[in-house]
Amino acid sequence: MNTSLIRVSVWIYLAIFFAYLLGPLVIMSATAFNSPAFPSATPWECLTFDWFSALFQDARILNGIKNSLIIGAGTVVLSVLMGLAGALLLTQIWPKLRATYYTIIIAPILIPGVVLGISTLVFWDRVNRMLGLGPDSALSSGLFLTVIGQSTFIASYCMLVLVARLQRYDVALTEAALDLGATHAQAFRKVLLPFMRPAIASSAVLAFLASFENYNTTTFTFGEYPTLTIELAQKVRYGISPAISSLAFIIVVLTVFAALANEALIRRRELVAAARRKATVAELTGGLKLPGFLSGNTAAVLLVVMGIGTVVVLGTAATYRPDQCIADVREQKRLEAEKRAEELRARRDAERKEKSTAEPAAPAPSTGAGNNSGSFGNVFNPGTLQDGATTPAPDAQGSTGSGGNSGFGGVFDPNALQGSGN
Amino acid sequence: MSAGVGVDLENLWIRFGDFVAVRDANVNIKGGDFFSFLGPSGCGKTTILRAVSGFLEPSEGNILIGGKNMKGVGPNKRPTALIFQNLALFPLMKVWENIAFSMEIKGASAGERRKRADELLEMIALEGQGDKLPSELSGGQRQRVAIARALCAEPHVLLLDEPLSALDLKLRQHMRTELREIQKRVGITFIYITHDQGEALTMSDSIAVMRAGVIDQIGDGKTIYNDPATPFAASFVGENNVFRGKVKQVSGDRVLVQSNRSGELLARVSTANVGKMKEGDSAMIFIRPEAFELARTGTEGDHYVSARVVNEEFEGNVFNIFMEGDGGKEIKVSLPNHGQSFDSHKGETMTLRYDVRNAVAMPAGVLATE
Ligand SMILES: Nc1ncnc2c1ncn2[C@@H]1O[C@H](COP(=O)(O)OP(=O)(O)OP(=O)(O)O)[C@@H](O)[C@H]1O
Ligand SMILES: [Mg+2]
Repeated sequence: MNTSLIRVSVWIYLAIFFAYLLGPLVIMSATAFNSPAFPSATPWECLTFDWFSALFQDARILNGIKNSLIIGAGTVVLSVLMGLAGALLLTQIWPKLRATYYTIIIAPILIPGVVLGISTLVFWDRVNRMLGLGPDSALSSGLFLTVIGQSTFIASYCMLVLVARLQRYDVALTEAALDLGATHAQAFRKVLLPFMRPAIASSAVLAFLASFENYNTTTFTFGEYPTLTIELAQKVRYGISPAISSLAFIIVVLTVFAALANEALIRRRELVAAARRKATVAELTGGLKLPGFLSGNTAAVLLVVMGIGTVVVLGTAATYRPDQCIADVREQKRLEAEKRAEELRARRDAERKEKSTAEPAAPAPSTGAGNNSGSFGNVFNPGTLQDGATTPAPDAQGSTGSGGNSGFGGVFDPNALQGSGN
Repeated sequence: MSAGVGVDLENLWIRFGDFVAVRDANVNIKGGDFFSFLGPSGCGKTTILRAVSGFLEPSEGNILIGGKNMKGVGPNKRPTALIFQNLALFPLMKVWENIAFSMEIKGASAGERRKRADELLEMIALEGQGDKLPSELSGGQRQRVAIARALCAEPHVLLLDEPLSALDLKLRQHMRTELREIQKRVGITFIYITHDQGEALTMSDSIAVMRAGVIDQIGDGKTIYNDPATPFAASFVGENNVFRGKVKQVSGDRVLVQSNRSGELLARVSTANVGKMKEGDSAMIFIRPEAFELARTGTEGDHYVSARVVNEEFEGNVFNIFMEGDGGKEIKVSLPNHGQSFDSHKGETMTLRYDVRNAVAMPAGVLATE
């Protein structure tokens, strides 16, 4: 009785927790497949893949992705190298200095990214000038500054990851290598580095993700090389479109894929190791029989299922045309709008007939669900405002009377999609 | 395989700050010998070995390998190979890669390395296990891989730091003979570290007994066991009964000691202490449990000991009698089992006789267990 109550509340807690964690992602993913121009999930209109093609036709987004990848790669290399050097130094340094050194090297994590960005900019500008270089030198290039700026604190993250692994390293291994005739460089390359490889890989992933999502520091340093986050931020200022949702959806899917692949690989290695341990000498020499790729490997099964799912979705996307649905919805909306305009006209006529005192125009006609998003669209989307005003949209008739209302109307206008999508 | 070369430690001091880990060590190890450093935990054995292999610079004194001074020569340039206390096999390399690591360093091809590794695997009776990872081997197998890896580097001196301490008793005994055999086969100098006196005695040509950074005695197993130089060596190596007292009379290598509990006892002055004992000095006499034999009760004389029996136990090959001894410690007597009947004498006083040559006297000093 009591325990079941506890169990139920635990489940409820978990449900809330995961809804909190994953809910926004799910909703946003849904908006990527819905046809309205403002990302919305609830009045589900038409299944569409157009936002994806809109995304891949957006030169600024693509350029942002390219810059992000370049900067990410640079940051990974620089941060992992600096992190490794820092971690190694930590184990070598005189023990009494260790705590102080650690604090200094960790400090960049605690400093606000904005400060790092500004100081990077100022510092390298100084250096640039001191060297007598012009404003178009490599030292003042956005790529260089962003990589350097991000690395100042990402290197610290990398160091934390690497130190954790390094602490489990037995220095006797290096000594054994030296004892067997290796030089220090050889001992490092053949013994320490392979040991550190998993940590180097995870710190590289960490560094890449941190670089990819960074905004605070990058916003000061990007120069002529806006990264994806910068582009997104700038876009949102002028109006948000489901194309961004589709980008987010792609990132989510890639992340899940990577996580599953990693998990499947780890599991597979475990299975192989277990099989090897059980194998006799004869079996080992006579060629190892690997367990089937999928047996006992849930992650691999999920991976395959997701892969198949992706192929199916891509296949559907290639053939599916939501034009009919969109046209239907548009037609329906037009009818609605016409009806409303009709009503309005009728009411005005009635009013005029009554010849009572003139009244200002009625509030903008809007469906209940559209109202919220519409007000958002007004704030964020001056572009669609113009579109709505200039294109002779069907429901523009509905909002005759007061110019301010055309902004609301523009959001509903399917034609406005082209305006914000490109 | 290269022949073994000698190793000499000359006035070797090693300090860590104010702490003296090795104090004025002088050791000459002959080429091709199996030489052991024997001492309790923390006495500086590993420190000496690390100095020989080059991981530690001596504070003072010299280390000569094959007559060449090793000052300033790095560990990778010395003709030594060290087998670490924890083995330090490379966990991510396969067994054969571990073994052939020293060849990889020199740039040998994979084929050559594999061939040599397989030869060595055969020598250590691990044929066909080269493709395993070290973690997939048993403790004893790992042990042998570590030896093979060290031998593959063709060292002139092999240094072993308590390599058997992690193994269980049976395997340890097996590995003792195996190590000894390997050493005879390859003919190089082995310097072996242990705190197990059984290991040192069974395997070594020569043993150095160490106590807190000081080398007490160097000699072969028989000398160390039968003719200890210090009370520490006498009590650390094997079991021993100690009788304390004052020197009453010295003549040549015989000394008469007025013992605290057992009357006057005659003993032989240990070789290292001849001429160092004077009348009135505090002295210690050491008599091993197996050096006693039963005598007629009540017999008196300078090589008889009488005491009350407090405990008895049957150990199979010997029958142990524990008697009231000096300073709260019991006298242990081990009588070999020839199939005779052992009557219980608990509570009775018994008299024991010993051969004076087996009673070793020396100036009083620190015991191993104190
Ligand atoms: N790097 C060091 N710094 C300070 N003291 C040290 C250092 N290395 C060893 N010592 C000290 O030197 C002494 C001898 O150490 P060593 O490792 O040689 O002992 P050991 O005889 O090998 O003992 P065990 O049988 O337990 O391995 C110990 O008291 C130890 O605390
Ligand atoms: Mg040691």
